[in-house]
Amino acid sequence: MTGRRPRWVTIVLLLAPAVTVVGVLFLGGLGLGVAQSFGYLPFLHGWHWGLDGYRALWHDPAVTASVGLTLRVALVSTAVATVLGVAAGLLLHSLVRGRRTVTAVFGSTLAVPHIVGALAMVLLLSQSGLLSRLAHAAGLSGTPAHFPALTADGFGWGIIAEYVWKETPFVALVVLAALSGGIGELRGVARTLGAGPWQRLRHVVLPLIAPAVAATSVLVFAFSFGSYEVPALLGRPYPAGLPVVALQYQQDVDLNSRPEAMAVAVLIAVVVAVVVAGYLALIRRLSGRPL
Amino acid sequence: MNRLRHPVGVAILLLGVLTPFVPLVLWSFAGRWRYPGLVPQQGTLRGVRLLADPTSQVLQGLATSATIGAAVTVLSVAVGVPAGRALGLYEFRGRSLVRLLLVAPALVPGLAVLLGTQVFFLRYGLADTRAGVVLVQLVPAIPYVTLIMSGAYANFDVDYERQAALLGARPWQVQLHVTLPALRPALTVAAYFAFLISWSEYALTLLIGGGTVKTLPLLLFAYAGGPDPTEAAAVALTVIVPPLLLMALVVRGLSGRGGTLGLARS
Repeated sequence: MTGRRPRWVTIVLLLAPAVTVVGVLFLGGLGLGVAQSFGYLPFLHGWHWGLDGYRALWHDPAVTASVGLTLRVALVSTAVATVLGVAAGLLLHSLVRGRRTVTAVFGSTLAVPHIVGALAMVLLLSQSGLLSRLAHAAGLSGTPAHFPALTADGFGWGIIAEYVWKETPFVALVVLAALSGGIGELRGVARTLGAGPWQRLRHVVLPLIAPAVAATSVLVFAFSFGSYEVPALLGRPYPAGLPVVALQYQQDVDLNSRPEAMAVAVLIAVVVAVVVAGYLALIRRLSGRPL
Repeated sequence: MNRLRHPVGVAILLLGVLTPFVPLVLWSFAGRWRYPGLVPQQGTLRGVRLLADPTSQVLQGLATSATIGAAVTVLSVAVGVPAGRALGLYEFRGRSLVRLLLVAPALVPGLAVLLGTQVFFLRYGLADTRAGVVLVQLVPAIPYVTLIMSGAYANFDVDYERQAALLGARPWQVQLHVTLPALRPALTVAAYFAFLISWSEYALTLLIGGGTVKTLPLLLFAYAGGPDPTEAAAVALTVIVPPLLLMALVVRGLSGRGGTLGLARS
């Protein structure tokens, strides 16, 4: 009988498998990555502790240029996807007829791997892509070269477009889920008390969905900062996304670039951790309550 | 109330989501599609033939992806559901710390964390194997299963289990006939998310599989960098059909139970 077992034994047994797998691979991986960024080379002789990896990273123009690009792309994608996602979620929530169908179609990008999204963006946005052809048909551009470079461009427009396309429905579905519990009543009460539509949105709806939306936008930022295949397919070789740089250096035959590859990986993890922690602290202060 | 409300807004939403699929579908059947044609000048079934062609490895890729996806789904559910139960049902010291640990892999990019383990996977013979790929994919999958299930357990009334036990049901009977049916919607969503994470994964598969374990995303990446958009688009369609079909099944299984994708109360 489960009831006879001490409570703490039950809890430990329930948690043990997950904590073991995540502890070994996640914490272990993080620890090993940090150790290797400081020069440790497992199973090899002649390595030494040092800051060479970080020094190389600091002086490597491929990395410094990449930090700016990666941060910009992640911030813009997150902001745009969050705003559009909230708007889309509110719109979907207000639908009476056809809500289920529209939501299912809109949410279908959730099931599409990013690598497929990236290819679709290449075929849509590149200089000989469908959008460029439409611009030609409308008389706006004469040749592919006339059309602005939206993929493999310096700013990262193509990468941003892919993230926004994939993540906006994700945010919208979270908003929809957050709104499904008792929002109608609250809005009704606010209306009876004389609140206009704007006041209802500002003081009833947005506070209700804010925690879920904040948590989701953090996920979106972390993903768009650390994803490999989207910048690899849609970006330039230089500056490349940080994860692209990390994997490239890691696969280098020259073992001396290992510490730098690990330093880039540590940099990615640190930036994400700092941004996530700072953002959550800010939200907590603004909303006056813990999430 | 018989008309669709906000027709313009709905049109913009659907247009925004569906537009990128248009060139993908057109290209996969385009024999010749020169600029500035808006539609292909010539159709072809070359893309379809490629899928069946053994040298293209697409069918093997499909099998590899399905095997790994099934393994990751089963294992992450087996590991994540008990953890979700502990976090959702019990108050204990260190609970928030455990929660943070189990959620962290969803936040910190997997490649950044697991880059450092590659050399160990190599050393212990797990690199270039499906088992190794399954193991790394568990890291991003477990947090989602745990989170969804802890939300579901938090809303689950344990008294149902106690009553069934009082009435003489054995523990496994309680789980099978009481707990499982009550949590089925959340469990379905959790399993689907785990499968989706595995099915979509590229970087971790490349890192540990080393290009030997050729899942569909790896094949697609190679075709996407190749010279033929028709082949790339055909492979891309192959990649998205299984998860879209599964999603339709999941949504159908959940509808009538209220809530959006079962996330409503988590």
